[in-house]
Amino acid sequence: MKICVLVKEVPDAAVQKRIDPNTMRLDRGGEKNLNPFDTHALEAAMQIKEGGAIPVEEVVAVTMGPGSAVRALHKAVALGADRSVHLSDDALAGSDVCATGYSLAKVLESESPDLVLLGQQSDDGECYTIGAVVADHLRMPSLTQVIKIDVNDGKLRCERQAEYGYDTVEVELPAVISVGDAINEPRYPSLKAIMGAKKKPLDTKATGDVGIDGGMVGEAGSKTAVLALNPPPAKEAGEIIEDEDTNETVEKIVAWLDERKLI
Amino acid sequence: MAGILVYALHDDEGNFNKNSLGAISEAAKLSGEIGGDAAALVVGDIADDACASLGNYGAAKVYRAKSVPEGLAQPIVDAMAKVIQDEGISYALFGGGLLGFEIGAGLTARLNAGVTMEVTEVKVQDGKLVSERPILQDSQIADVGYVSEPGIIISRLNAFDTKETGGTAEVIDVEVELSPWSTKATMVQRGEQRGADVNIEDADILVGGGRGLGAAEGFKLAEELAESMGGAVAATRAVVDAGWYPYAAQIGQTGKTVAPKLYLAAGVSGAIQHKVGMQNSENILAINKDPNAPIFEFSDLGVVGDLHKIVPKLTEAIKAKKGG
Ligand SMILES: Cc1cc2nc3c(=O)[nH]c(=O)nc-3n(C[C@H](O)[C@H](O)[C@H](O)COP(=O)(O)OP(=O)(O)OC[C@H]3O[C@@H](n4cnc5c(N)ncnc54)[C@H](O)[C@@H]3O)c2cc1C
Ligand SMILES: Cc1cc2nc3c(=O)[nH]c(=O)nc-3n(C[C@H](O)[C@H](O)[C@H](O)COP(=O)(O)OP(=O)(O)OC[C@H]3O[C@@H](n4cnc5c(N)ncnc54)[C@H](O)[C@@H]3O)c2cc1C
Repeated sequence: MKICVLVKEVPDAAVQKRIDPNTMRLDRGGEKNLNPFDTHALEAAMQIKEGGAIPVEEVVAVTMGPGSAVRALHKAVALGADRSVHLSDDALAGSDVCATGYSLAKVLESESPDLVLLGQQSDDGECYTIGAVVADHLRMPSLTQVIKIDVNDGKLRCERQAEYGYDTVEVELPAVISVGDAINEPRYPSLKAIMGAKKKPLDTKATGDVGIDGGMVGEAGSKTAVLALNPPPAKEAGEIIEDEDTNETVEKIVAWLDERKLI
Repeated sequence: MAGILVYALHDDEGNFNKNSLGAISEAAKLSGEIGGDAAALVVGDIADDACASLGNYGAAKVYRAKSVPEGLAQPIVDAMAKVIQDEGISYALFGGGLLGFEIGAGLTARLNAGVTMEVTEVKVQDGKLVSERPILQDSQIADVGYVSEPGIIISRLNAFDTKETGGTAEVIDVEVELSPWSTKATMVQRGEQRGADVNIEDADILVGGGRGLGAAEGFKLAEELAESMGGAVAATRAVVDAGWYPYAAQIGQTGKTVAPKLYLAAGVSGAIQHKVGMQNSENILAINKDPNAPIFEFSDLGVVGDLHKIVPKLTEAIKAKKGG
């Protein structure tokens, strides 16, 4: 089978993220990285491939994003993907979840995957929704926040936590599964894999190449609009103690607890 | 188009989820301002009077899709999409949790509709709904509007209070044809309780343990500290997923909501999904080695340091103080 893994380039965790007040979009300057949740999706793909319960011919990393996003694809290939697809088009800039999910579904359609894996959330938008949007467009079953996948008789047995505890769900292929960070411990890429990543095939596609209706994407095709940005309600800053001398730190904590009659 | 449709989630015993009830009350309030009815959608074979009782929270109508199973999103997308289209409903509203994210996202695709998530407040501007959505670790709040109807609103846990108004809802049965792909996922087991059945909701003092405890054994430190103060131990999803601590002790979006006198977080980063379950604690004390951990943004006392050094000494000091 063929597994496609959705990967996204996001600002590095160390970068203070901000919205550009002129465009109302995320300021994407500064260091960038592969969305950490997507490394778990890649690892899940590799474990299915290496597990042998079902033959996997190919793992393909897929992203939608500006030119710089090829670096996320290189990282994905270094982590084990066989090749990658980059959907890149100025017409896509400013897409909301509705437009992004539609666009990703279109590019995935052109790959006809048997399984689509993705992260449970992106580090920047934190919308948690792309998986289920993509699945409905692709007319595939889906489950999000999955922390265990077993392949059995060509079906997936998945576990995830929902409102009332842990659910075990059997999902037929083809399917779209978003994975939580508890699913695995992603491997580190080898130096050889990092060096070789740029040599693996990378297809760049524009909206027209995969049949995307230009009216449904980008800022103009989006169904939500950011009307205003406001600061959160002011909150009194808490007290901070840096632990230098632990005995002293503990004394301070006990005094704080005592003052509030908590002990 | 008019009206707001709320998904009323229920457990296997047919008890409605508190966050769904809060969303119904919110929908009733909002539809009073924008016109149309607040309606709820219920799946499964739920009795007439149970459905009608949602009127007590403000639902004028309850659409019941008896043949649609509860617990997995896609069949419910089929049901909600049908009602929204047949009745010309303007907005779908979901209480905080998990399933609402999946159903709301499915509707986004099916109806080509805008979606907002983690919404903490909904307001009316020019007769339309606008979501207040905190973004970037709650550092800003975006007002997000919809360019067309329907619009999908997925709220944050505990965003809306329930309001009991009396009254019963009209119950309307709907026949739903499931999409072929909606039947390709099947529930094998729902709501499994992993680990011991512990009670954290009645404790005045809670020690919350996170991944920073390092291993399941690390919870011993949290238990000894809690014991010294006469409290109980709670946990994050990360450690419950890892099997370090029971699910019954989990706080947050897919766990419990608590408001003890003291919440002492040890090795907890303070992710939004955890915060929503404990932010109303009277006093929040956090021990974390990362000075940039989000938990310090909402703690009253933050201690930057290694919990493995601090917690054992703190336990001893509290014991000594109590003994003396
Ligand atoms: C701060 C902020 C708030 C936003 N709020 C909203 C909002 O309320 N409503 C709305 O409609 N849009 C919103 N957006 C826009 C939205 O984030 C983008 O449309 C984005 O491309 C998809 O959302 P996500 O990455 O947060 O998705 P998530 O659902 O959190 O991402 C899950 C997974 O989907 C995959 N994925 C996501 N994007 C891509 C991509 N471009 N290429 C490949 N794989 C991808 C990754 O595997 C990722 O792990 C917001 C953006 C920002 C920066
Ligand atoms: C739909 C959804 C639902 C969710 N529901 C929930 C929920 O109900 N409850 C919940 O809790 N989460 C939930 N989550 C997960 C949540 O987003 C976080 O992943 C989780 O809360 C993180 O747990 P943690 O703080 O234990 O781990 P981490 O985020 O890994 O944090 C560990 C912290 O420990 C600190 N640390 C490490 N070592 C030490 C040391 N020696 N001394 C001191 N500090 C140390 C680190 O600096 C770090 O800040 C949900 C997520 C999603 C997407």
